[in-house]
Amino acid sequence: MLKFLPLGIFLLLAVLLALPLLQGKDPSFIASPMIGRQAPASPKIPRGQPALVNVFASWCVSCREEQAILKDIAKEESIAVYGLDYKDTPPALKKFLSATGNPFRDVTPDEDGRMGIDWGITGVPETFVVDKDGVIRYKYAGPITQDVADTILHPMLAELKQ
Amino acid sequence: MITEAGHFALILALIVSLVQATAGKNTALAPRAGVWLFALLSVSFLSLLHAYAVSDFSVWNVVSNSHTMMPLVYKIAATWGNHEGSMLLWVWMLSAWGFFAARAKNITPEFRARALSFQGMIAFGFISFILFTSNPFLRLDPPAAEGLGLNPILQDPALALHPPLLYAGYVGFSVAFCFAMAAMLENKVDAAWAARLRPWVLAAWIALTAGITGGSFWAYYELGWGGFWFWDPVENASLMPWLAGTALLHSIAVLEKRGTLKAWTVFLSVLAFSFSLLGTFLVRSGILTSVHTFATDPARGIFILVLLTIAIGGAFLLYALRAPAIKSGAGFKVLSRETALLLNNVFLFTFCVTVFMGTLYPVFMNALDLGSVSVGPPYYRAVLLPMLIPFALLMGAAPYMAWQRGDAATVAKKLVIPFLLTLLILIPLPSHHPVALLGFALGGWIVWATLGDFARKMKSNMALSYYGMIVAHLGFAFLIMGVAAATQWGSEKILWMNPGDRVEVAGHTLAFLGAETGLGPGYNADIGVFGVKDGKKEFFMAPEKRWYPVAQKETSEVALHLDGFSLLYLVMGEQDKEHPQRRVVRVYHHPFVAWIFGGGFLMWFGGLLSFIDRRRKRHA
Repeated sequence: MLKFLPLGIFLLLAVLLALPLLQGKDPSFIASPMIGRQAPASPKIPRGQPALVNVFASWCVSCREEQAILKDIAKEESIAVYGLDYKDTPPALKKFLSATGNPFRDVTPDEDGRMGIDWGITGVPETFVVDKDGVIRYKYAGPITQDVADTILHPMLAELKQ
Repeated sequence: MITEAGHFALILALIVSLVQATAGKNTALAPRAGVWLFALLSVSFLSLLHAYAVSDFSVWNVVSNSHTMMPLVYKIAATWGNHEGSMLLWVWMLSAWGFFAARAKNITPEFRARALSFQGMIAFGFISFILFTSNPFLRLDPPAAEGLGLNPILQDPALALHPPLLYAGYVGFSVAFCFAMAAMLENKVDAAWAARLRPWVLAAWIALTAGITGGSFWAYYELGWGGFWFWDPVENASLMPWLAGTALLHSIAVLEKRGTLKAWTVFLSVLAFSFSLLGTFLVRSGILTSVHTFATDPARGIFILVLLTIAIGGAFLLYALRAPAIKSGAGFKVLSRETALLLNNVFLFTFCVTVFMGTLYPVFMNALDLGSVSVGPPYYRAVLLPMLIPFALLMGAAPYMAWQRGDAATVAKKLVIPFLLTLLILIPLPSHHPVALLGFALGGWIVWATLGDFARKMKSNMALSYYGMIVAHLGFAFLIMGVAAATQWGSEKILWMNPGDRVEVAGHTLAFLGAETGLGPGYNADIGVFGVKDGKKEFFMAPEKRWYPVAQKETSEVALHLDGFSLLYLVMGEQDKEHPQRRVVRVYHHPFVAWIFGGGFLMWFGGLLSFIDRRRKRHA
């Protein structure tokens, strides 16, 4: 029986390794420790309504694509999207917003990336859902696609507004 | 055109690998297929390398990972600085090992065909993986005008060499794996098999040792965090096969000399390569997020996991069925070389399991929805440090023990002088930091005991492999001492500095003279100029902060000053927004840190000495 031990241990291991992959938990499945916590002080988000916080930068190519989708979400759900402009300069930001259209209620510059640390970001873009009490409820790492908006963000925001 | 040739060669290689995989009983076809596989994959790999060298931006892979502004050496290194290219390098190296196995003289044709067919199976799996999920030859139409650039952190000479060496080591263990599989099928696990296996394991071990040491050195001076090992999952992924391979080298010695530990040696042969595969999976699937992961894609993860399950699961199944039939030779006395080597294996295996648990625990917790945790250096320190004590004591004493029988009194008598010398070196050392003292006690013990054994035997015309062992053991001793000193006695200061400010670190006075801007290939630099006085000498140090506009990334170039074995390590960080002259400065002083990398080098060199031991080869 002992001879089957390595095989048994290995098969158990394979199952454990397969679980996260099969559940479709991609790398962002390693849940952000920020979820369930109070949102950091800046950008300042008024209470009483859920909001999105989008961490972006003018130098980030994939941030470009999600701007239009963020704009649609803000309009359809009539919520505010707050921008955190990560490691960027004001002139570049201005150019970026005029090129992509501005989905943000307000943009907070984070030139040295310190706020990014407070939000626990692992890259750009990242989008946080903050509820009406200012608690972070969800984080999406990577650009928001229409699919992500339809399947995750819209339902979640609808629920949070109730 | 050349790119198409490479793509076509890869498709042909898939077919040839299938032929090789099924030629387990055809003693003429299997080696021929092995040679062809190597030739085809060489064409394929070189054509990708060519696309990178000439910056062919009609190849999607080149666009994503290269840029015309990069120096040629990094353009070439960019070939394996990405997921697709690194997988192609992986199978190419696999086929290179297969090529050498196909040409090896000292194995029987039947054994060769069997072993090569297992190699063919692995190659078939991984070539399919490349072609179906990670094809580096996909075209971009119309071609891009410019590439996106290689991650600047990866633009470093050490990193141009690190992945190829690491991969050579990883896949080198595939030969041990295939030899073990073939031996189990033939039911012939004996001393002669061990002797044939040994050079292959050694060669892979040498490459892996060089790869790990180089990678650690790279992390030390490029990442600018002032550390040489971070227990990062990907680092651990290379450490596990190394530990299993080191255990294997020692168990082979027992099997070769005494014909015992047969099933265990077979098990380790399978295990070392299993850890290589697991490492490939961990890095390539993105299941662990880490600085090393280039690309993450669940589909790739599942593909590799299936390959892994077939290869490792199949091997362990064969092991379960055949191992009971593998009879080991005579037993041995408690105090003998065999016992010492067996204990060495127990320890190395335990180290390996410790690293394994620490690496995968967060993944398992997450898979079972038990929350997310991270395992850090405190875990490794707490678990590994106590085990290191008996391990190091044994390492010093083992060469004194005779095969088969041992006499405690004789061994103890010979070890008195090394023991006293060890105590002697502890006297001048500072007495605070007990862990550092422990490190020096253990390292010193290994050094004196090893040198003592060398003095005892050097007249008796020992084989080169014996000197290899001596050098490698000394390397490990210096590694322990270097780690102990650098982590325990090191000092560190982080502060804001204006031009003209001074700071005192470990007897050195550093004055910040100011920052200048500079321009290099593909980057702008902010160069800090520091004047340093250490009592006797005065010198300048110039750390840099580099900005790569193409990749929009920043790297730090550490300034290093080696003084004896101690290192002054200077990093210049952010500029103050309000005071543009002001910079964040980090200064580390790491005593004996050169012994860490020197120790790694000695282990590598020791392996090399053993490998080129002609006498042993003739003997086998």
